[in-house]
Amino acid sequence: MSTKPTPRVRVPAKAAAGEMIEIKTLISHEMESGQRKDAKGETIPRKIINKFSASFNGKPVFSADWHPAISANPYQSFFFKAMESGEFTFTWKDDDGSEYTAKNKLTVG
Amino acid sequence: MDFQQAGLSRRHALKAGAFAAVASLLGAKLAFADEKTVADELKKLYGDKPFAAGKIKLDVPEIAENGLVVPINIEVESPMTDADYVKAVHVYADGNPLPGIVSYSFTPACGKASAATRMRLAQTQNIVCVAEMSSGALHMAKANVKVTIGGCGG
Repeated sequence: MSTKPTPRVRVPAKAAAGEMIEIKTLISHEMESGQRKDAKGETIPRKIINKFSASFNGKPVFSADWHPAISANPYQSFFFKAMESGEFTFTWKDDDGSEYTAKNKLTVG
Repeated sequence: MDFQQAGLSRRHALKAGAFAAVASLLGAKLAFADEKTVADELKKLYGDKPFAAGKIKLDVPEIAENGLVVPINIEVESPMTDADYVKAVHVYADGNPLPGIVSYSFTPACGKASAATRMRLAQTQNIVCVAEMSSGALHMAKANVKVTIGGCGG
């Protein structure tokens, strides 16, 4: 099978107070939809990342429930209004129960 | 007379054949979501509440060459303050095997109710996007995407 999913996140390191920043995330994952059949005609079981969530200093900011219609190596971008310095935690939840996380620091000033 | 009868029966045979073809097409289509399944999903979430137009900017390509990776960008007009913000956005497709694409939940900390991702589309179909405001107001936007190559591994 494939290697362990690796998340990649792009967050600006610095922002002015009140500035709107765009956060872009990408994670390597096949996002097997559960709709495809293998060479023997058997359905390949579904295995997707079903939830992505972002929090800042422990407070939830944004989350996305992904369905099988999300492309492989899912990309997700969203916005955040920078008010104070802190740390983002990004979490991806896999169908198999695993969780992948990434952390990014943001300095406001 | 005989000739006419033969003509009639041939017409019948053709009709029956056409009917069978349509029926088999419909049968094949049953595996996919349609407008009704999308409406049912919305009913599950919001009951019979009406959806207003406007406020949602649904940015999808008019023609997608590759149905496996179709970019989708959503932006909902809102001040995004504690008193007035976009709570949730749900996106559906009416021609995929499953109607759901993505559901977002926003908070005032986002500053802007906007998100972008990439989706798979099996065929040419409509994208339905609904937004739920913190006030309870509902908005809806639709867009049609023409898909040249489907994205369902089929």
